[in-house]
Amino acid sequence: MAVNPNYTPYHPKWYRRRIPIFWWARKLSYVRFISREMTSVFVAYGAVVLLLQAWTVLRGDDTYRGFQQWLETPAVVVVHAVVLLIVLFHSVTWLSLAPQALAVHLGRYRVPAGAILAAHYLAWLVVSGLVGWVLLGR
Amino acid sequence: MDSVTLEVQRYRPEDEEAPSWQSYRVPFRADWMVLDALNYIKDELDGTLSYRWACRMGVCGSCGMTVNGEPTLTCATYLKDQPAGPIRVEPLRGFPVIRDLVGDLTDFLEKLKRVQPWLVREDEPPLSAGEHLQTPEQLAEYKQYSMCINCMLCYAACPIYELEPDFIGPAAIALAQRYNLDSRDQGAARRMDVLSQHDGIWSCTFVGECSAVCPKNVDPAGAIQRYKVAAAADALTSVFRPWR
Amino acid sequence: METLTHDILVIGGGGAGLRAAIAVAESNPALSVGVVSKVYPMRSHTVSAEGGAAAVIKPIDTLDAHAYDTISGGDWLCDQDAVEAFVHEAPEEMLRLERWGCPWSREADGHIAVRPFGGMKIQRTWFAADKTGFHMLHTLFQTSLKHDRLRWYDEWFVTRLLVDDGRCQGAAALQLATGKVAALLAKSVILTTGGAGKVFPFTTNANIKTGDGMALAYRAGVPLKDMEFVQYHPTGLPFTGILITEAARAEGGWLLNKDGYRYLQDYDLGRPEPTPVLRAMELGPRDRLSQAFVKEREQGRTIETPYGHVVSLDIRHLGEKLITAKLPFVRELCLKYQDLDPVTELIPVRPVVHYMMGGVHTDLHAATPLPGLYAAGEVACVSINGANRLGSNSLTELLVFGARAGAAAAAYVGSAPEPGQGALAQAIDEERRLRREVLGRSKGRERLATLRVEMQDAMEAGAGIYRDAAGLTAAGATLETLRERLGTVALDDHSLTFNTELVAYVEFANMLDVAEALIHSGLARTESRGAHQRTDYPQRNDERFLAHSLAYRADAGPPTIEYLPVTLTRWPPGERVYGR
Repeated sequence: MAVNPNYTPYHPKWYRRRIPIFWWARKLSYVRFISREMTSVFVAYGAVVLLLQAWTVLRGDDTYRGFQQWLETPAVVVVHAVVLLIVLFHSVTWLSLAPQALAVHLGRYRVPAGAILAAHYLAWLVVSGLVGWVLLGR
Repeated sequence: MDSVTLEVQRYRPEDEEAPSWQSYRVPFRADWMVLDALNYIKDELDGTLSYRWACRMGVCGSCGMTVNGEPTLTCATYLKDQPAGPIRVEPLRGFPVIRDLVGDLTDFLEKLKRVQPWLVREDEPPLSAGEHLQTPEQLAEYKQYSMCINCMLCYAACPIYELEPDFIGPAAIALAQRYNLDSRDQGAARRMDVLSQHDGIWSCTFVGECSAVCPKNVDPAGAIQRYKVAAAADALTSVFRPWR
Repeated sequence: METLTHDILVIGGGGAGLRAAIAVAESNPALSVGVVSKVYPMRSHTVSAEGGAAAVIKPIDTLDAHAYDTISGGDWLCDQDAVEAFVHEAPEEMLRLERWGCPWSREADGHIAVRPFGGMKIQRTWFAADKTGFHMLHTLFQTSLKHDRLRWYDEWFVTRLLVDDGRCQGAAALQLATGKVAALLAKSVILTTGGAGKVFPFTTNANIKTGDGMALAYRAGVPLKDMEFVQYHPTGLPFTGILITEAARAEGGWLLNKDGYRYLQDYDLGRPEPTPVLRAMELGPRDRLSQAFVKEREQGRTIETPYGHVVSLDIRHLGEKLITAKLPFVRELCLKYQDLDPVTELIPVRPVVHYMMGGVHTDLHAATPLPGLYAAGEVACVSINGANRLGSNSLTELLVFGARAGAAAAAYVGSAPEPGQGALAQAIDEERRLRREVLGRSKGRERLATLRVEMQDAMEAGAGIYRDAAGLTAAGATLETLRERLGTVALDDHSLTFNTELVAYVEFANMLDVAEALIHSGLARTESRGAHQRTDYPQRNDERFLAHSLAYRADAGPPTIEYLPVTLTRWPPGERVYGR
């Protein structure tokens, strides 16, 4: 004898669970995933700072210098050091996914994952070196 | 230790509106899988427990359930490998629960059909011409993706699928790739239209859990990311191919 | 009652059923086809088959050679016209599957590769690594998705065929998810429900192989043919019964007794060579290998384990590279289920029930004696397998006879009248009967599992590899009492929603019918042939028994057994010679 008043014969109600708000905290791999995704916020922050800097250049010497002074205050330096670390974490996790997304063939031979990863890091180093030379060398 | 407790999620839609837990004490045998424990419950203790199983050798894909929070094939999960304490057994996440440990898979079948998982040919030579030639290297290109047993563990592990049920999902995309990469297939363009949609590959944020739980090492996450590269390249170059 | 009507109803969604459905959809897209399966099609037991599927493809091979291997392998109980048709159509069917995308293993130049297999003189077994059945089933299932006219009844369980006016007009089926019983009416019905290994305690078969289709036909008055012939596959893992494919021996594996000796050489199967010799030693026919095991055990030369006696399968000398390329699934199964690596250790194996040569009586067009009812695959007995099936013939059989059944059923539809009210009335009656079993009995005396285990143990004891009149009779008596006791079993589960206990109850009743036919056919056949070995009648008797047994269900008491002579064409009965 059916007891649930919502049941009609031959029409059972299927159950869908409510997803808990902290679903991602239940498993380490999900925590890692969410942290990785959250780092993009800090990448966005870095981009905003760069844009602001460019804008202050356009506004004139005083605004630019004021902004530079703000950038050099100790608190901001510390915060930005942390942001740099997070952005580095973002880059490393991003690059580590590259081998799974790229299947490169040279004739019959499939380039191993390690080689693809190494190539990405090399490219990163080269580009960083170039940018560094432009910014600091002149 | 000669016995172990299983905490099993029960759901009887005729009698209750939401699932409840029920505990059973089963013998602990070193060579028993979780499935053997469930069978013991059904045979000896409580015949009302409903669940799916068939081959008990990890190839039919029927017996996927959530054991201690992990989606797994219960016919291939030893009792002895579980941490000490009661073992929680629930149905696979992401699917509506029909009864006890049985989920509804119609969504997957509809999505599978949508990606056209069959060999598409523009031309078909007569059978008398013999087989399509395919070297072992060409076979190796898609072999991995053909190993999917449709067990749905990947869907259960994917948080996107549970959060956004329109997502086509890992197995369907992996099976589409199985045909895309098959040297005999000529249907990649057709499947591109289906897959490079918002609810296709672009819903995937590369959590990677699908590949982690896959019992057959199909690596659906890899299939999806590879397809993203192909789809993006296709979108960019289509500028130069206005006839497409 | 809900009534759903189609032109053709396919019961069973495995290899044969899917092939039949595709055959109809391709030949006549206007016909509506319903495919009913108690599980999702990709869970069908075809998926577990490993070794390969045979078809003549190499230039050195001939259709006659395949036919002779099959007929001699079947100990001359095969209908030779059916075998000739089978070997003739096999290559085309297999090629068609390749065109549908089946990932057959290849030679370096891209042509389809073949491997040796038990009982075959020439290599002709096509394979997809060692998961041939898996790849075939998924290819068939995915190809069938192309056809929009197919209507799927997934997780609907047929409990009765509707027979009226001398014709089969459909089936009554229970929709598992809701508990609703519906009448699935059709002008023709194709049974493709597979075998009945679960009648025995120790089998490679999945939980779902409970002989449902055989029982359905049997109760509808269709005879079951050659039911006494049960194949024991020589190499199954001890505790689980999981199949270790014949391909392991085809690639060069050896069977060793407890002294590390290749004991098959003592059983008229040839001399032991370092590499496999076709039709000799480990590549002999399955019935002879299983019988050799029993003899070894009687002489105390098998290894005793907590799970019974075993011998060892040695594939270490094949090397890791070959095992990874050709036998990866075998390695995976041993690692997972036996906790050993076959690259470096011996695999314990013993004979396990694997296949039913017998089944629903059909002619070579898959038609049963009941108009409108067809059968193909393991559920049917055409017979091409005779008294013993050769490995890799049954996967091909699914394709050849699945296609034939589809074609025959589609042709019949043209002249068949619409299903009528008589059929519908039977469906309503069936619903009433199921309600009685579900809701009517609330106080039971025994658990279903107890009866099931008793049946299985009785069958193992009375209808094992070697049988005699006393054992068979005792088993038959047990089956009778079990049938009575089934009437006192009450289910724990009275729900309508996905009631798997009700399904198990109906499956058990089906198994009792199948077991009864098996036992009584075995009692009546007082000879030894192929897989049916009587210690009280050890010789083959072609004078009386070059014939198929036909078991007809009786309303009360044991079935009536009649005989149908085997059709011979070009191969007069001879001696089965292996290794010489």
